Amino acid sequence: MSKLAAKDIHFYYGDFEALKGITMEMTAHTVTAFIGPSGCGKSTFLRLFNRMNDLVDGSRMTGLLSMDGEDIYARNIQVDELRKKVGMVFQRPNPFPKSIFENVAYGLRVNGVKDSGFIASRVEASLRAAALWDEVKDKLRQSAFSLSGGQQQRLCIARALAIEPSVVLMDEPASALDPISTAKIEELIFELKKDYTIVIVTHNMQQAARVSDKTAFFYLGELIEYDDTKKIFLNPRVEATQNYITGRFG
Amino acid sequence: MSPETKTGHVGRSKRRNQAIAFGIFRVLGFVVIAILFVIIGFIVIKGAGAISWEFLTGMPSEGGASGGIFPAIVGTLCLVAGSVLISFPIGVLSGIYINEYAHNNWVVRFIRIMNNNLSSIPSVVFGLFGMSLFVNTLEWGDSIIAGSFTLALLALPLVIRTTEEALKSIDDSFRQGSLALGATKLQTIRRVILPMAYPNIITGLILSIGRVSGETAPILFTVAASFLSHLPGSIFEPVMALPYHLYVISTSGTDIEASRTMAYGTALVLVAIVLVANLVANALRNFFGNKVKMN
Amino acid sequence: MKKAFKRFLERCTEGLLLLSGGTTSLAILLIVLFLFREGASFFKSPNIESGYVLAVHPENPVNHLSPEQIKRIFDSEIVRWDEVGGPAMDIELFRFSDMVQYVPEERLGADFEHVPAVVDSIVMAHPGMIAFYPEQFVAPEQQLKVFPEATIRPEDYFLGHDWQPTAHPAPQFGVIPLVLGTLWVSLFAVIFSLPFGVAVAVYLAEIASERIRKVFKPLIELLAGIPSVVYGFFGLVVIVPLIQKGFNLPVGETGLAGSIVLAIMALPTIITVAEDSMRTIPRSMKEASLALGATHWQTVYRVIIPCSISGITAAIVLGIGRAIGETMAVLMVTGNAAIIPHSLLEPVRTIPATIAAELGEAPKGGTHYEALFLLGCILFVITLVVSITVEIISSKQKSNLT
Repeated sequence: MSKLAAKDIHFYYGDFEALKGITMEMTAHTVTAFIGPSGCGKSTFLRLFNRMNDLVDGSRMTGLLSMDGEDIYARNIQVDELRKKVGMVFQRPNPFPKSIFENVAYGLRVNGVKDSGFIASRVEASLRAAALWDEVKDKLRQSAFSLSGGQQQRLCIARALAIEPSVVLMDEPASALDPISTAKIEELIFELKKDYTIVIVTHNMQQAARVSDKTAFFYLGELIEYDDTKKIFLNPRVEATQNYITGRFG
Repeated sequence: MSPETKTGHVGRSKRRNQAIAFGIFRVLGFVVIAILFVIIGFIVIKGAGAISWEFLTGMPSEGGASGGIFPAIVGTLCLVAGSVLISFPIGVLSGIYINEYAHNNWVVRFIRIMNNNLSSIPSVVFGLFGMSLFVNTLEWGDSIIAGSFTLALLALPLVIRTTEEALKSIDDSFRQGSLALGATKLQTIRRVILPMAYPNIITGLILSIGRVSGETAPILFTVAASFLSHLPGSIFEPVMALPYHLYVISTSGTDIEASRTMAYGTALVLVAIVLVANLVANALRNFFGNKVKMN
Repeated sequence: MKKAFKRFLERCTEGLLLLSGGTTSLAILLIVLFLFREGASFFKSPNIESGYVLAVHPENPVNHLSPEQIKRIFDSEIVRWDEVGGPAMDIELFRFSDMVQYVPEERLGADFEHVPAVVDSIVMAHPGMIAFYPEQFVAPEQQLKVFPEATIRPEDYFLGHDWQPTAHPAPQFGVIPLVLGTLWVSLFAVIFSLPFGVAVAVYLAEIASERIRKVFKPLIELLAGIPSVVYGFFGLVVIVPLIQKGFNLPVGETGLAGSIVLAIMALPTIITVAEDSMRTIPRSMKEASLALGATHWQTVYRVIIPCSISGITAAIVLGIGRAIGETMAVLMVTGNAAIIPHSLLEPVRTIPATIAAELGEAPKGGTHYEALFLLGCILFVITLVVSITVEIISSKQKSNLT
């Protein structure tokens, strides 16, 4: 069974229709990449899966969006419960102005975990999973702002992993980073796939090709093509996909 | 043990906390607004009974316990006019200088810090200063001109700040567009920038009128007379003023109870001035805001 | 030719603009100059009522008394010389008006030409006597010891516990009760308005819909625009009677009334500044918290309030600054007794209220007048410190969030 499924999703910002009937499914333990030019709706679509768009005034969605077969926009769904299962990493590193330790512990604390031994072990495990432990283990009490941009982003990944989500959404996680930090993040994504279902939005075609199993190409609010990454990059069915990948527009 | 195991219960309690906390904040928000309505409502209801044509245009009698407040209204108008005449040109010119001429160097920072400091000085200190400089050193005595200068100093930071904000909100492309056509900087400011900025500048001016008309401490020792039964003949004479009049009749006098009605009426007139200034400023902002689409 | 004239005109305008830009600096300079000039001459004033002298028996070793000691001696609170460093003797008071108790009036002479001699003989006859009489009756042939002219010392002013500017024979200019009264009232005003102010700021910045915000914000600005004398009047006719009845007090004009009125007046400042600082927190910070399963409320108290703590601090400091400088409202509702406050239910007197209430009665250029200007200097310095503190705090928040 598919992990995430979208059926005929329409999304509106006021009168503007940002998504025009998207239907697709994502399987567990895969990396799915969303590509497409700016404004094509890929980020909007991504943010539907943890209901981040609920915060936007005057927005509206129709269609069915489900995780593990459960409608995530159903009335009885509590948004904070959902967001615990669906982690998110943002475009720019956005650590809280707290210590490194407290950043990772934040998700546990707001979800009512009080056992400090358990918190400490989760923080270590998450930092290890985000390949940051060795770099920060001696300065867990220092401010998160003392880290470099790439480290901050991995800290944000660790922060998302700490509450053991089953899905991790990544919204252009490397767009603000230098090439070396980007490589580290990509390596990390490859590792995380074993335990998590990952959806990543990216501007960078090479990145999509390197890290993802499946790729979806969005254009003007529509899903143009969705297939195995290899196929999309080597032999796309649709001409628009071909044009975008080869850099003729976008 | 994983966090998942406890979630059902915790989720419910954290949502309950949110409901309680936000409920409290909502109530506090409305309490503050309620306080405002209580104050204004109280003044309006109590004061409405005192307002009449005779009250607004009559001379006071019995030390303010009866009669009208006409000299106080005239006095406040004189002071507002005087202080605006002084502070407005200086304030607007100085706003133009800060935003258009001075570059972001220490001069601007210095002027801005001084401006902030000036606006944070308590009004009674302005009163002391006005007394020392205008009344005593320049020997103007208790007079409209001394009061106007003192109030002008108080209004100056406000006028400068509004002008600065008004100019800042105009996109640089307009300046560059004009300069690119060969206009000088002065021409650009006069023909392009100021016409676009003046609605906002006027709005600031009106708000500062509201502010100046209610100030009491600066005029205590520079102009205000507690009781006059004639209108001022020149700018070198003292006048009555609404806020000072309210202070006097509500705290001193032989028959405070008898002068209460007068006090309510005077307070209502003062509040009305501020209300009207705010309403006019808001209306102007909306009117011009729709007409001139900036940035 | 025409072009040169145009350029000249531009230059002139620029000069004019620069001049206007300097007005505020000039104004502050003048304020400092005039305030401190009048204030500084206070310390050159005599420490007893001007035109009078104090004199004692020549064998009395005491040469100087502080204004407080003089006052307490003449109030019979100090009755022995050894309490002020003199010999073990009782103090006998001699005021000029007591003269007729010692000698019949005709002995003073038609033009009071015998007064110096009479005073001298009275004091010489009473070793423990201290005499207070007009300067004009000091004569070289007198044997009594006239105290050398002493000025008010800074410690008498800044550390004095008594403010009685019209007291005889030594006016008391101790600012401690005024300073404490000011801080007392302002502090409680901020304590009262802080929870409301921050709550309303959170409400407006985070909870209220855009539509409610658009209604509330102008209303709060309006609250800020109402003249302080109207707040004072409202406090006088509504809050003061309520306090009097509620606490069963002889008078309702108390520090509490002042604090409540000031709290209402400080609300708009606190709300606006705190709300602004909450709204400058990057959206991404809030989203990160929500994405981790935090509720909106958890996000508010774990992320938004800690992040805007310097903005909230700035709001508090600014609120205190406003409250300290507020004059009319406080003057009208606090009862204005210059005593060191022990509870909120007693009348207190603040620095600005003292200036406003007394300057009208203080003779121009006199000691009292100068003392009031010195109070103005104190206020000026306090607000300067406040405004610099605010500047530092808010620049800290800017650098914190980048």
